[in-house]
Amino acid sequence: MVQLSDFKAGAWSNTIDVKDFISLHITPYTGNSSFLVGPTERTTQLWNICCNALKEERERNGLRSVDTKTVSSITAFAPGYINKDLEIIVGLQTDELLKRAMKPHGGFNIVKKALAEHGLTPSDTITECFTKHVKTHNDGVFDAYTTEIRKLRSLGFLTGLPDNYGRGRIIGDYRRVALYGIQRLIEEKNKDLDAITSPMTDATIRLREEVSEQIRALYAMIALGEMYGLDISRPAQNAQEAVQWTYLAYLAAVKEQDGAAMSLGSVSTFLDIFIERDLQAGRITETQAQEYIDQFIMKLRMVRHLRMETYEQIFAGDPTWVTESIGGVLLDGRSKVTKTSFRFLQTLYNIGPSPEPNITILWSNSLPQGFKEFCAQVSIETSSIQYENDDLMRSSTNCDDYGIACCVSMQELGKHIQFFGARANLAKTLLLAINNGKCEITGTQIVEGISYESNDYLDYETVLAHFKTAMISIARVYSDAINIIHYMHDTYYYEKAQMALIDTNPKINVAYGIAGLSIVADSLSAIKYAKVKPIRNEQGLTVDFSIEGDFPKYGNDDDRVDFIARDVVHFFNTELAKFPLYKNALPTMSVLTITSNVMYGLKTGATPDGRAYGEAFAPGANPMHGRDTHGVIASLNSVAKIHYEDAKDGISNTISLIPKSLGKSMEERVANLVQILTGYFSCNAQHLNINVLDKKTLQAAMKNPEQYPQLTIRVSGYAVNFVRLTLDQQKEVLSRSFHESL
Amino acid sequence: MRFPNNNTLTIHSLESFGIHDGPGIRFVIFLQACNMRCIYCHNPDTIQIHGGTVVSIESLVERAERMKPYFADKGGVTVSGGEPMLQAKALVHFFELLSQKNIHTNIDTNGTIRSEASHILLSECADLVMFDIKATTHKKFLDITGTNKLDALLVNIALREAAKKPYWLRYVLIPGITDSAQSFQWLIDSFRHARYLERVEILPYHTLGVQKWKSLGMKYALEGVNPPTDESIQQIKTLLRSYFQHVP
Repeated sequence: MVQLSDFKAGAWSNTIDVKDFISLHITPYTGNSSFLVGPTERTTQLWNICCNALKEERERNGLRSVDTKTVSSITAFAPGYINKDLEIIVGLQTDELLKRAMKPHGGFNIVKKALAEHGLTPSDTITECFTKHVKTHNDGVFDAYTTEIRKLRSLGFLTGLPDNYGRGRIIGDYRRVALYGIQRLIEEKNKDLDAITSPMTDATIRLREEVSEQIRALYAMIALGEMYGLDISRPAQNAQEAVQWTYLAYLAAVKEQDGAAMSLGSVSTFLDIFIERDLQAGRITETQAQEYIDQFIMKLRMVRHLRMETYEQIFAGDPTWVTESIGGVLLDGRSKVTKTSFRFLQTLYNIGPSPEPNITILWSNSLPQGFKEFCAQVSIETSSIQYENDDLMRSSTNCDDYGIACCVSMQELGKHIQFFGARANLAKTLLLAINNGKCEITGTQIVEGISYESNDYLDYETVLAHFKTAMISIARVYSDAINIIHYMHDTYYYEKAQMALIDTNPKINVAYGIAGLSIVADSLSAIKYAKVKPIRNEQGLTVDFSIEGDFPKYGNDDDRVDFIARDVVHFFNTELAKFPLYKNALPTMSVLTITSNVMYGLKTGATPDGRAYGEAFAPGANPMHGRDTHGVIASLNSVAKIHYEDAKDGISNTISLIPKSLGKSMEERVANLVQILTGYFSCNAQHLNINVLDKKTLQAAMKNPEQYPQLTIRVSGYAVNFVRLTLDQQKEVLSRSFHESL
Repeated sequence: MRFPNNNTLTIHSLESFGIHDGPGIRFVIFLQACNMRCIYCHNPDTIQIHGGTVVSIESLVERAERMKPYFADKGGVTVSGGEPMLQAKALVHFFELLSQKNIHTNIDTNGTIRSEASHILLSECADLVMFDIKATTHKKFLDITGTNKLDALLVNIALREAAKKPYWLRYVLIPGITDSAQSFQWLIDSFRHARYLERVEILPYHTLGVQKWKSLGMKYALEGVNPPTDESIQQIKTLLRSYFQHVP
């Protein structure tokens, strides 16, 4: 093994401990962005090739090309290049740029359908294999699903469950490959395997099988490196190798899996150590350092999975959630901001804005001012980044080395994984409370023990009590579904490449979620503070509500309704926590919809807040569109009242600001945005997506999409190319509150 | 505590993120009712004495406290309107409570009301006062505002100056109406020696309020008047900058 003699020895030398390595070698940077440089000629040329390929992809209905003969794996495809002569960081998912691959172990029907939408079919061999011989995750789940799970799923009480696609959310610690080389990782995993001994219970047998799979994946990664002429069995020797090794590790994961969200983790500060070392030794220049990062990020932007159209309803714009978390503070108080934190953001200028990688700033009020201001500037100019409260998450978990899984969920790197649980529709659950426990659209009996058919004014206490009964019942079925899904995913579609880069037997949490919070809060507020009468059809199901008088609305910093929202989150989270979980996972919950808020609206009848049947929900924990009438800070303060401890998987909030509402000059805008972030996170809020744009820009992009290929907009926990949203989703984005100051 | 029984304010609306109404990020409280009828008023729906919502001062203080993390060292609360001085007693009460919480207070006023409570606000309670100068001659003042109160305004500004507390002047620039050379000379002559005048703001006339007039069924007197050009605004600012320390 090659020794990196100029690194300091420490705990990381003896055990796999990237955090310790970072802590010993980090060079925090407290300056501003003035050191940054533009792209190299090579980078620009490569990006132009990518832009053309992206254009072709859009023209071909979102699919540039696809391999229908190969089941993807770490080594299934010959090496691919954008342009070999120009590439400093190499590796593509398949043998060709933007060519997608089939990953049928999640569910073969999904693959078939995705291809059929483009007039294609999988090869005969693969079809025979997956219809006659190989069982998939999706097959397993439906073998075990109960009648009541199927009912809640098909009626839209539980939606987006990862039962027919890769669950994602697991973050491999890709840095390990650069720091240790694969050979060392194999040795460690072999030691772990030897230590998993009798008695051979279900759990022990499963773990032995999983670790063996992981070791197999590690060998495949070495082979992948060799295909590109790289020896990743040994540690990276310099900055370029550190970037390349880290990327190949991530590439192995996205060749092997198509999880909904496959985050990168938090690599920038780690990579900075190698870059800084080479810069100090005079081996590279700033231009080269930036080139590594630009080309690395360019590759991350080219990651693709084969998806079918209906998948777009829940995850619009073909996202991959290559979420990279930047910034934050170490437990000892030192800032994790390095020059490479800046370099990652600089790529948004060097090759233009983009939704991927999903850049997430871990905001602490003690971050260096220069970095805070640069982030605000990048937000104002690109709308491409989001923010999470590092002070809150670090202190709540005593952890300072974490990434964001998918959109908003904290995950300790290499030590912790998450089982994704999609979400329950609480607005629809509320309607059970006033419909005798029946689905308001079909009349299907969902919950027993609720009797409420009155046509008179709704009584708050009665409705609330019934709502709680309904939530308790939904929580039980929801938990059953999640256990089945993750049991089957581990069995039929195990993430061996990612898990190989995580400690054996990591901590696990289940990420439950809810949708429709603002509708529930406003509906209960309407019932409590105004007079609400249900209007029922001949079946006795509510079709509309008459509302007399006004009522406090969530999003205006009004405790009367904000506390309703807060308490509902607390109640449902507490109920979910009562059920045992597969692999002894710990329950957590998010208030996050991704883009399913539009689809949820379609599946939910009229609600007592005055929302019509079919009308889109607000995303995440956002107030309903247009009801937050007291300006952006009041809106933020309402969301900030939801306790993080009740929703530790994340509380997503997305705001849109008109540029001039932030101030006249860029300097003023930056100062005000920094202050908004400081204020919001001082209130213990968890997450904020920020868009700074005019509605007119979006309207222009709807008319002439070809002129706005890189227009990026934050939605719920991630960003999309606006022009890749469906028309309904574009309209919904436009209907959101754009905060203008008077 | 003065005026403890004046514990409510009649408001028109709240804006939690105001950046044009004083320093930093402001919690702006628009109060209902005005003693003037300015022909270009951009909030005509706040003029009438009727309407508005009665809210407790206590609840407004609580809101302001929750916004404190956003204020940093500059921001705070601004009361605007309507004309806030019509509710001066309650404002004394309100501002005293805010000061106890260490929150910066600011009044956006036409400066023409003379009362015991407005005197207290000007000379003691308000951390900042922004006076609107509607016109620079008695005749024009009457034409624009429907009242003849230029003298009252000047007395109040003098009072603020005598109290040695900071204030801003804001002048609405309407092409053909308030943009004469004499107007600016009057501003310069009247205030160039003021020591506590921190800032002179030129507010270019805009037509954003026109739609509100129409929807209220009111006739808009400045129909056809266009906002001033950027060039003319810059020219005036350059002139004023030779006499005043801060003309943003």
